[in-house]
Amino acid sequence: MKVSLTVNGRAEEVDVPTNTLLVDILRTNLGLTGTHVGCDTSQCGACTVHVNGGAVKSCTILAPQAEGLEVTTIEGIGTMDQLHPMQEAFRECHALQCGFCTPGMIMQAIDLVENHKDLDNCGIREGLEGNICRCTGYHNIVRAIQSVVDQG
Amino acid sequence: MSETDQTTQAQGIGAPVRRREDLRFITGQGQYTDDMNRADQLYAVFCRSPYARAEILSIDTAEAMAVEGAVGVFTGQQMVDDGVGDLPCGWLVKGKDGSDMKSSPHPPMAARYVNYVGEPYAVVVGTSLAAAKRAAESVVADFKELNAVVDVATAAHSEQIYDGIENNLAYEWALGDEDATRMAFAKAAHVTTIELVNNRLIPNAMEPRACLGCFDAASGEYTLYTTSQNPHLERLVLSAFVQIAPEHKLRVVAPDVGGGFGSKIFVYAEETAVIWAAGKLAQPIKWVAERGESFLADAHGRDHVTRAELAVDDTGRFTGLKVVTTANLGAYLSTFGSAVPTYLYGTLLAGQYKTPNIYVEVQGVYTNTCPVDAYRGAGRPEATYVLERIIEQAARELGKDPADLRRMNMIQPEDFPYATPVALTYDVGNYEASLDKALELIDYNSFESRQAAAAENNKRRGIGFACYIEACGLAPSKLATELGAGVGLYESGEIRINPTGSVSVFTGSHSHGQGHETTFAQVVASQLGIPYEDIEVIHGDTGRMDFGLGTYGSRSLAVGGSALVAAGNKIISKGKKIAAHMMQADEAQIDFKDGNFILQDSNQSVSIQEVAFAAYVPADYPEELEPGLSEKAFYDPKNFTFPAGTHIAEVEVDIDTGVTTLVKFVAVDDFGHIINPLVVDGQVHGGVAQGAGQAMMEHGIYDEYGQLQTGSLMDYCMPRADDLPDFDVDTTVTPCTHNPLGVKGCGEAGAIGSPAAIMNAVTHALGNKDISMPATPEKVWRAIRGE
Ligand code: FES
Ligand code: FES
Repeated sequence: MKVSLTVNGRAEEVDVPTNTLLVDILRTNLGLTGTHVGCDTSQCGACTVHVNGGAVKSCTILAPQAEGLEVTTIEGIGTMDQLHPMQEAFRECHALQCGFCTPGMIMQAIDLVENHKDLDNCGIREGLEGNICRCTGYHNIVRAIQSVVDQG
Repeated sequence: MSETDQTTQAQGIGAPVRRREDLRFITGQGQYTDDMNRADQLYAVFCRSPYARAEILSIDTAEAMAVEGAVGVFTGQQMVDDGVGDLPCGWLVKGKDGSDMKSSPHPPMAARYVNYVGEPYAVVVGTSLAAAKRAAESVVADFKELNAVVDVATAAHSEQIYDGIENNLAYEWALGDEDATRMAFAKAAHVTTIELVNNRLIPNAMEPRACLGCFDAASGEYTLYTTSQNPHLERLVLSAFVQIAPEHKLRVVAPDVGGGFGSKIFVYAEETAVIWAAGKLAQPIKWVAERGESFLADAHGRDHVTRAELAVDDTGRFTGLKVVTTANLGAYLSTFGSAVPTYLYGTLLAGQYKTPNIYVEVQGVYTNTCPVDAYRGAGRPEATYVLERIIEQAARELGKDPADLRRMNMIQPEDFPYATPVALTYDVGNYEASLDKALELIDYNSFESRQAAAAENNKRRGIGFACYIEACGLAPSKLATELGAGVGLYESGEIRINPTGSVSVFTGSHSHGQGHETTFAQVVASQLGIPYEDIEVIHGDTGRMDFGLGTYGSRSLAVGGSALVAAGNKIISKGKKIAAHMMQADEAQIDFKDGNFILQDSNQSVSIQEVAFAAYVPADYPEELEPGLSEKAFYDPKNFTFPAGTHIAEVEVDIDTGVTTLVKFVAVDDFGHIINPLVVDGQVHGGVAQGAGQAMMEHGIYDEYGQLQTGSLMDYCMPRADDLPDFDVDTTVTPCTHNPLGVKGCGEAGAIGSPAAIMNAVTHALGNKDISMPATPEKVWRAIRGE
């Protein structure tokens, strides 16, 4: 089936089998390999992107549901020269090691900070419930997000 | 100090440099194996055993080949018939009677028998992933199911799995003086006994294993991109043992790798079958594991049952330790599976203490479960768990403060070098310094007031200690090979100063999260006084560096970093010859400092960049000297390094629900000198989180038929952000005495100390009622109710 959607501000049309997941459209059809696949049960959050402005696990959306969506991926929030403040904070606080969970974490973190007031340590930790990191023990991820919250 | 010198220092050894690799990861530009594609690539899907143990009667592939898009179906038997060798175990352990360990046959994919659920017996290749999946579902395999052996504790008395391997025993191994230990127990004033289970863990690096196998018919060259912690070892095994292709015709590339924790050390069936099939079909083949496959077929960790006894004299001194362990090796001996519960376990049982008599016996048993091999810490967390649990238990039985009891038994700074009764010689340490700092950080003296406050909230608060030691940077090669290692344990390093003064650094160790691109550049910047920005670190490609043994056992810096220092020393000594010629002086009059070759007693100097240029444009140049400024070194460590430290955990147990919360965790570690404190703290955080997972959540469970009950992230409970507190980490420093950087390694410490510390805290909260890991709410709830 043909699916039209907007990804990182660009109109895209892809032709995929109906059982294709949004994450595969992004990775395979559009070559946006910054969004990762870490599981097969929608548990890990490595595939988190923004859909119509909110964080969503892109492995939970099938091709027919992707029609007309506005999607932002990790590639769409900042560049090496001009990082998004959340990207900057992750680097500053050493909030990543292998980097595999990182794009999903950053997308989730941006949503969290944008949509919640007065986030504290506990609130940040609860907000990351759906994203697994095996490397960092979350300590520095929480610190990075807190630093963005504190910057206001 | 010049501005350049200052920046070099700000980014040299000891500086919290922000990692350079982060830029590509935070912008989604990382290149993991699954991010790579070839235009004409095919896709592989594996057919995996549904049974824990069965004979393969027949495999019918006709229907599968009829599926549209199916290109090839290859069975394990076909690989064997084609001359593909067994996957070898790299460490030959000898039993206590001197006999060699008994290895089961281990064809890359099952040929005649399947021996664990998830073991691949065929690979299906198709033009698309969907086609390959459909075809794989059409492979018809006929099995005769056999009785499975699953439980580690009873495996030795169960049905024999393999011909010629009686009692399912790979080996019965022992270390230490049995008679002396028996005597110590005969004279003991007090004996503490403990029975422990070290729960099976499933590693779960967030990037699933993957590979892309390519074959170029014109050159006869194979290239394997794969998620490996040690690409050279992968190439060596695939060449020398598995016979895929000679080493010069096989290139293995491990690009960005999304975590390993041991599970990506090993040579597995999947990449072996894929690279072999890529040769058969002369087309690139890609395979990416689904998480379910990771659960079934990534080598698992731990899985011990142990009985231990500690003899104590009437003053509280430890006089003897006896440990008997049964270790589950799984269905096959994985790459280092035999060494983990023996040389990486028994040798650590002295811990930080002067216990004079130690004896350990280990039975390594086969079961019809996924192979068990190194997982973060590998043997050392198991040893620490035994020792630190039994010491805490002894303190409770004797009514002594657990910190005091440990302190009075600790090896003292003046005792080093200290030879333990279990074959290691510790070079240096100051264990009380870490203990003291940890006690201060946790505010030990006011624990009781925190405990009282918790009680008012219907919670029981407990505190637990672990004073661990680990042996890192496995070494030296001569000793290791005498003990059965099939490879040396050195590392290689190369420093190429380019004509314009920029530097390419090559290391045989591999980063999959550890940050070598940053920290190794810091090491070279400090040693050679070259700006950090001018130094690039390259790793993970057998086509780009000579050789290497990769990254595991916290070895990268202690061994790989030392190799770079050795290469740097060669650069300096050659540079002195060139500089002497440039300044028309004698080589002996040249000193090297902060990037400059300085003529003694003069104001003359030339920079290393000027020397490099002269080396590549040797117009006016020492006659007998080769041009160029590029040096390689192999470094073979003289000894292990011995990081050590104290971890203290505080937990609160909810009396109504049995939920255990880790509320405070302090880690004070002695890693010797530190290159980048940011990176080191991160390694400790991650290790502690994995240890907390082991203590409170994670458990790989097979049912009695050998079916994996915890085969997805929905069933296997991994620590998430809200399961953990902020960690309080700090360090003490006694520099390693035998490597040039004075470093020890920090990758595993967190996972080594934390399970024991947390379980000591849990059992403390439970009024010394023992439960096994993980401390799930159900187990804790039952324990509270005296069940
Ligand atoms: S891949 Fe989407 S949640 Fe794991
Ligand atoms: S940084 Fe490796 S999984 Fe999070």
